[in-house]
Amino acid sequence: MNKETSTSRRNFLKVSAAAGGGLMVGFNFIGCQSETAPAEVMKAYPAVWTNFDAYIKIGDTGLVTIMSQNPEIGQNIKTSMPMIVAEELDVAWKDVVVEQAPLNTEWYERQVAGGSQSIRQGWETLRTAGAKVRKLLIDTAAEQWEVDPSECSVADGIISHADGRSLGYGALAAAANQKELPEKVSLKDPKDFKIIGNSKRNVDMDGILTGKSLFGIDYTAPGMVYAAAVRPPSFGMTLTAYDDSAAKAVAGVSEVIKFGDKIGVLASNTWAAIKGAKVIKAEWSQKEEAEDSAYHTETLLAHLDKKTAEPRRVDGDVDKAFAEADEVVERTYQAPFLPHSCMEPMNFFANVTTEKAELVGPIQTPKWTQQRVADLLERPLEEVTIDMTRMGGGFGRRLYGDFALEAAELSSLAKKPVKLTFTREDDMLAGTYRPASAYKFKVGIKDNKVTAYHLIEACFNGSMFGSMPSNFPCGAIANYRVDSHNIESNITTGAWRAPYANFLAYAEQAFLDELAGILGKDAVEFRLALLEQARTTPVGEEHNYEVDKYAGVIKLAAEKAGWGTSKPGKHLGFCAYFSHNTYVAEVAEVELVDDAPVVKKIVCAVDCGLVINPLAALNQIEGGIIDGIGHAMYGDFTFEAGKTDATNYNKYRLIRMGEAPAVEVHFVESHNDPTGLGEPTLPPAGGAVANALHAASGKRLYKQPFVKYYEVLG
Amino acid sequence: MATYTLTINGQAKEVTADADTPILWVLRDELQLVGTKYGCGIAQCGACTIHLDGNAARACSIPVSQIGEQKITTIEGLDKEAKHPLQEAWREHDVPQCGYCQAGQIMSAAALLKSNTAPTDEDIDTHMHGNLCRCGTYLRIKKAIKTASKNL
Ligand code: FES
Ligand code: FES
Repeated sequence: MNKETSTSRRNFLKVSAAAGGGLMVGFNFIGCQSETAPAEVMKAYPAVWTNFDAYIKIGDTGLVTIMSQNPEIGQNIKTSMPMIVAEELDVAWKDVVVEQAPLNTEWYERQVAGGSQSIRQGWETLRTAGAKVRKLLIDTAAEQWEVDPSECSVADGIISHADGRSLGYGALAAAANQKELPEKVSLKDPKDFKIIGNSKRNVDMDGILTGKSLFGIDYTAPGMVYAAAVRPPSFGMTLTAYDDSAAKAVAGVSEVIKFGDKIGVLASNTWAAIKGAKVIKAEWSQKEEAEDSAYHTETLLAHLDKKTAEPRRVDGDVDKAFAEADEVVERTYQAPFLPHSCMEPMNFFANVTTEKAELVGPIQTPKWTQQRVADLLERPLEEVTIDMTRMGGGFGRRLYGDFALEAAELSSLAKKPVKLTFTREDDMLAGTYRPASAYKFKVGIKDNKVTAYHLIEACFNGSMFGSMPSNFPCGAIANYRVDSHNIESNITTGAWRAPYANFLAYAEQAFLDELAGILGKDAVEFRLALLEQARTTPVGEEHNYEVDKYAGVIKLAAEKAGWGTSKPGKHLGFCAYFSHNTYVAEVAEVELVDDAPVVKKIVCAVDCGLVINPLAALNQIEGGIIDGIGHAMYGDFTFEAGKTDATNYNKYRLIRMGEAPAVEVHFVESHNDPTGLGEPTLPPAGGAVANALHAASGKRLYKQPFVKYYEVLG
Repeated sequence: MATYTLTINGQAKEVTADADTPILWVLRDELQLVGTKYGCGIAQCGACTIHLDGNAARACSIPVSQIGEQKITTIEGLDKEAKHPLQEAWREHDVPQCGYCQAGQIMSAAALLKSNTAPTDEDIDTHMHGNLCRCGTYLRIKKAIKTASKNL
C-alpha cells in the first residue's frame, strides 16, 4: 500500500540560489557506487543545474546532486541518507553525486549527529523530499505529452509513457521547476525499493583512499594562522600568571593571546604553535577540589546504600518483598571515566571579522554551536555560519562545541582566520568524558522466583542519568524500583557513544547472568521467561521495550551461536540489550589459549527495522562490538589531583587489530521503519564478554576495565 | 630555520622548516599533503604512517632534518591512479567508517605486502598492531589486506 504523507512546508522551500550557498565542503565529483558494479558509467557533468528543494539539484544531463543534511562522523549517513532520497526520486544511484549540506535551519530539521537518530528521524522527511520532486517531474512530462500522469512510469530517472515516448529528468528539470512542488505525495511500497536495502559504497571513499582534504584538521584558508592552546592542567584550576617569552622566541610563533583561563599560541604552522604552547610558563591556582579516582570510587559506592526522595520508578514495594524473600542477592558494578579518543583530535577553523563569523570544522551539533558562538561573540545569529566537515570520529565528544568556541574567540581576538588544533594530550586532558558510575542491583527471591528488583545508580554529572528506568526487566517483576544519585564533579563529562547504556547494559546483563545461575536456570531461558511475564502480566505503567522484538533477537542470537549445544573448548556468554530504538543480542565465544581466556567470536542478532545499506550497517555493527569490547577490557582512565593519569596512547590502551574477535551478524528481517546503528551494538558487547569469561574461568567480573582487575586477561 | 630538499612521491620539493619539525607537519602544513594524519604525535597510533625508502615510518616522530636522501611516499603518491591493490581492496570491502585512520592503515599494509606477499592472520595482526582505529574497522582492514595480497 502506498502511503500519503506531507511534512512541514519549510523543508521544501524552493531555492533559487545555488543550493547550499556559502562554502561547499567535501564536494567530490564522483558518482555513487554500488557494491557490485564499480565500473558503472555515470552521466556527464551538467552545464546547468536546477535546484528543486533543499535536497535535490538536477543537471541537464540527468546527473543528480543530493545534499546530505547531517554531520558525518563515520556512521555513514552521508551515503545512507541520500540513498533514501534517491530511492523515492527514482534515479540510478550511479547518477547521484552527494554534497554535504551547510547548516541551514530554514531548510533542514535536526542537523545533528547523535543518539543514532539520523536515519530514524530523517526517514519520512527524506523519502518525502525525493517523492515530491519525482511527482513534479512526472506531472511535467504528462503535461508536455498531454496525457494523465497515472499513465506514466519512472525508472532510473527516465519517465516513460505506454506509447513509447520517454524523457529523462535532465530534459524536464528546468520546465518542472516552473511549477510548485506538490503538497502531498505517495511514498513507495517498500517491496518496490531498488536502492534501499542494497549495499552502496561510502560516497567519500575515493577521497579517503587518496588523502584528500576532507576533515576539519585538513582545512585551510588564505591568511590563516595555526593555533594551539594551553588549558588548565587539572580540573578546578584557574590561571594566575604566565610568561610567554620562551614561546615568542619559537620560530614561527606570531602571537600569544590569553583568553579566559587559557592561552592561545598563534603560529605559521601547527608544530610551531604546539612547541610554543609547550614552553609557556603558566601559574595556576587550585580554586576547586582536586578530585582523584579514590575519591570518585568512594563517593559512588557511598551512595549505593541510599534511596532517593524521588525514585525514577516504583512498582509495588521492594522493601516488603525483600523482607518476605527466601534470599536476597546484591551485586555492585563499577565503571571509570572514559575519554572519547576520536582519532581526529578536536579542532576548528574560525574567521571572525567585523561583518561575520565564519566557522568550519567537525561538529555533531552545528545549530547549537552556531547559537553559542553568536552568544559568545555577542553577534546576531545571522552573522554566524558553520560548515560541517567530515569528522574523524565523534562518539559524543563533538556534541560539545568548546573547541569551536575557542577557535572563534581566538580569531576574534587576533582578528585573523585561525585553525585551532588540539594535541592528543590536550584532547585527553580537556575531555567531556563518559562519567564514572556505579550500579547496585538487589533482588529478592521467593520460591525460586524473582519477586523484587532494586537498582540504585550513582553517577557524576549525570544529566541524562536515570533516563532508562523503564528498561527491561521493568514490567516483568512485581516489585521494582530505580533510584538515581547524581553527584556533582568539576570534571567535565558528557555523552559517550551509547550514553548510559554503554555501561548499564554490561552491569545489568552480567547481573542477570549470575542471577540465572543462582536460580539454576539457563541464561537465555531466564531472559525469555522474564519477557514472557512482561507480556502476559505486565507490572506498572508502560515499559519502553517491545517484548516480541526483544525476544526475537534473543532467540535468533541463541540459535545462530548454538546456545545450549555443547561446543568443546568454547565457552559462551549471552547478552541482550535494547537502546537507541534498536534491539541487539550478542553471544561471545571464549576459548582458553595457554590457560588464558581469549574472546574469539561474537555472534550478533539485530532488529533495526528495515536495513537501508547492508554493507554500511554491517560495518557499524562490527565497529560497535569491537569498540564495546575494547573499552570494557582496556579502558582505564584515572585521575590524580584533578589531572588525568593518561594523556596519550602509550598509557591509555585502545583495542588493536589482534584483539578484535570475529563478528557474525544476523538481521531480523523487517519492514518496519528503520532505526539507527551507530550505537546500539556497543552496549551488549561488554556483558557478553563478561559472561563468557565467567563461563570459561568461573570468575565474575564486576568492574571495568576487565584487564585491570583480572590479571589472567593480560 | 633551514632549507631541505626532500623527495616526496617522486618529486623534489624544497621546504624551509625548523630542524626539529616532524616531517608530518611539513607534509601537512607546508606542502598541503594532508592525507598523512596526526593522531598522537608519539608513534602510538599509526595515523601518520608514510614510507621512507619503502619502509613504514611514523611521520610524527621523525624530524625533517633526519630525512636526508630517503624517499618519502605518502598516501597521495601510493599509486598514480589510486588503484594500488590495497586501495582497490579497500573499495571492495568498503572498509572506512570515519576514515581518519585509513590512510595510515593503508600505508602500513602496503609496507607489509612489500616484504610479505602472502601474510597470514598473525602476520597481519603483528604488523598492523601499531595502527589504531577507534571506529573498529579492523576486521575489514584484515580482509582487504588478504584480498589485496591475492591481486598483487
Ligand atoms: S600521529 Fe604518528 S603514530 Fe600517532
Ligand atoms: S575509520 Fe574511524 S578511526 Fe578508523
